[in-house]
Amino acid sequence: MIYLDNSATTKPLPEVLESFRQVSEKYYGNPSSIHRFGADAERLLLKAKQQAAQLMDVKAEELVFTSGGTEGNNLAVKGIAFAHQNRGRHIITSQIEHPSVIEACKSLEKLGFQVTYLPVNSDGVVEINDVKEAINDQTILISIMHVNNEIGSVQPILEIGAIAKLYPKLFFHVDDVQGFGKVKLPLINSGIDLCTISGHKIHGLKGTGLLYIKRNTTIFPLFHGGAQEGDFRSGTENVAGAVSLVKAMRLIIEKQRTQLDDMKTTTQLLRNCLEQIEGVVVNTPRQHSPNIINISVPGYKPEVVIHALSEKDIYISTKSACSSKKPDESAVLSACGFNKKISESALRISLDYDNTEDEVFTFCHSLSEVLQQLSEVMG
Amino acid sequence: MNPIYLDHAATTPIHPEVIQAMVPVFEEVYGNPSSVHHFGRKARQIIDEARRVIALSINANDKEITFTSGGTEADNIALIGTALANKSKGNHIITTKMEHHATLHAAEYLEKHGFSVSYLDVMENGQVDISQLVTVLTDETILVSIMTVNNETGVIQPIREIGEILKDHQAYFHTDAVQAYGMLELDVEALGVDLLTASSHKINGPKGVGFLFIKNSVKVESLQYGGQQERKRRPGTENVAGIRGFQAAVELVANDREQRLTLYQEYKTFFLQILEKEDVEFSINGDIKNTVASIINISFPGTNVEALLTNFDLSGIAASSGSACTAGSVEPSHVLSAMYGSSNQTTVNSIRFSFGLANTKENIEEAAKKVATIVKRLAIN
Ligand SMILES: Cc1ncc(COP(=O)(O)O)c(C=O)c1O
Ligand SMILES: Cc1ncc(COP(=O)(O)O)c(C=O)c1O
Repeated sequence: MIYLDNSATTKPLPEVLESFRQVSEKYYGNPSSIHRFGADAERLLLKAKQQAAQLMDVKAEELVFTSGGTEGNNLAVKGIAFAHQNRGRHIITSQIEHPSVIEACKSLEKLGFQVTYLPVNSDGVVEINDVKEAINDQTILISIMHVNNEIGSVQPILEIGAIAKLYPKLFFHVDDVQGFGKVKLPLINSGIDLCTISGHKIHGLKGTGLLYIKRNTTIFPLFHGGAQEGDFRSGTENVAGAVSLVKAMRLIIEKQRTQLDDMKTTTQLLRNCLEQIEGVVVNTPRQHSPNIINISVPGYKPEVVIHALSEKDIYISTKSACSSKKPDESAVLSACGFNKKISESALRISLDYDNTEDEVFTFCHSLSEVLQQLSEVMG
Repeated sequence: MNPIYLDHAATTPIHPEVIQAMVPVFEEVYGNPSSVHHFGRKARQIIDEARRVIALSINANDKEITFTSGGTEADNIALIGTALANKSKGNHIITTKMEHHATLHAAEYLEKHGFSVSYLDVMENGQVDISQLVTVLTDETILVSIMTVNNETGVIQPIREIGEILKDHQAYFHTDAVQAYGMLELDVEALGVDLLTASSHKINGPKGVGFLFIKNSVKVESLQYGGQQERKRRPGTENVAGIRGFQAAVELVANDREQRLTLYQEYKTFFLQILEKEDVEFSINGDIKNTVASIINISFPGTNVEALLTNFDLSGIAASSGSACTAGSVEPSHVLSAMYGSSNQTTVNSIRFSFGLANTKENIEEAAKKVATIVKRLAIN
């Protein structure tokens, strides 16, 4: 089997599973309980949070465990909007955000907020000037993703952060779900006020995630209840999930330190191979995240190609696993200015640190075969 | 000394078979259920199967089950999501003074946003006063939220009667069944319930999973936005293994609910017998005949919750003053205040003991004897 759909989700690492299992079995108490079972669970949760804080070079109080990237993004976007609407009701985001940001913004528009959806250039990157020009005295939030999940473009987060810093009234949220563990993003002094991470994209477990909320940033919670997680996120904490998430964070940062160059080489190889297959267009810009390559094969239905590859035990995906208004067209590629032929026939190949050059070659070979077979059928 | 866990209403140990059911999902079916390839489809099948099992467990339709990250999220969708989606029909909501904070605080939020909320009184037997429900119900009422079993007293609420009262009224009926699910037979048709909350970690499943039953006819708004998951009611990549674990926990209870209940009832009776034999002065909060087998809430006159809990903990007994969720602080119980008035001493001298998987007849006996000793030592008469 060759699994090249790591942007959709990743295989949990054995160490992560082991943490999950051990904590589930041994520390089952409710962290809010004041007896020893509760205290032990609470201590473990705090320790996990301190470790995560250390890995991210932030303070433990600045982290909130969530149920994943979608919740993190909703909590950030809606949370800032509701808490600061008295200061202004304008939000800036981009046209290529994940649906969990775009749809949250659309829901705010229905409540009377104004949202600017910034365009991107043909490399899938937001122009700094557009950001500057979009800011007005009503702007309370800029939400821009770090690495795009479909084409792998990397946004100029630090430059945007520097602009955001000039406006103390305004908060800056970054969806780092696809970037964490692959593209460095220092939070300290970055101008970033909120940052989302999801466990299952970094070989952690589904249903785990984390939101960084810079100290002194107030947000309105999505859920009301027992006031857990500093009242940012009510609900009995998923202690085993949180501990396993931090384990996954630690392991991927370790890989980022030791295996990033290899991954870049493998991805470059993949790109070179793909460029040589007839009928394949590479959409991912030259400057991109080290693990995502987006291609189009005009004239072919992406689902058909994916199924044919599945038959060969190779797994890739269309666009984002969970956005589909029009079944085939990618909103991200359209935003980058690609024509319909391209945006309706896109495929995404996404690597993890352990994919090998052999796997990449096999994939490319199988893809050409599949395309050939299909073209014969289509005649 | 092995500490004895008597706080299963706060959370339960995960059942070994639940973990066993989750592991293969983590290891082999790690696809994203939204992916169209084989891996994704396999993950989707697991969720579908869990949804079927869980729907069946409350006599609902598969489509009516929305998986969430827990009871709190489900209660928030039930309250806020339903209120916002139905505000054209009215702005009045009814709940009770004894609900869990997930419901109460969601209701308070709605009050700040133009809804009016009636909080029904609770009688000394621990049940909501239904006669009041009839008097406060108006044409403006869009939602009634009353828990199935109270988490502090274990008292079972007259859900079927409430369902009957609301049958011909526009108001939707939500019940927070977090403490009831797995303990009582719940048939949403027979009970006349439109929305129902349950949470996995209360029935030996993993933490971070729950569900909200939303009857087909009910309109709700989502609290979160994003992908198409859970029919858009709850977007976000599904916690596939967690959901599979929840299913396993549900199946385990379904297989031996009667035995469990009999056993927990025995523990409860045995526990109380020992207290009596040891001449401890105590009274039971709420009508014991009307409580779930696993929970008992006891008032120890002349004592104080904080001192009791500290001393229990020191001698290895984990119990609680009620909801675990009041994060560390031992505030007077809002449930007991609703039952007896806020100046009543029971609100500051009562302990909830809740039985479950971590208990045996032996450790119940040991715990009861220790409790008796501590109470007698601390009680000022
Ligand atoms: C960029 C981005 N943001 C957010 C999410 C949502 O995360 P989750 O699947 O954990 O809800 C995803 C993945 O689906 C993503 O790729
Ligand atoms: C009655 C009741 N409702 C809701 C909840 C909240 O559920 P969860 O802990 O899964 O968020 C609890 C438990 O904490 C509860 O006892």
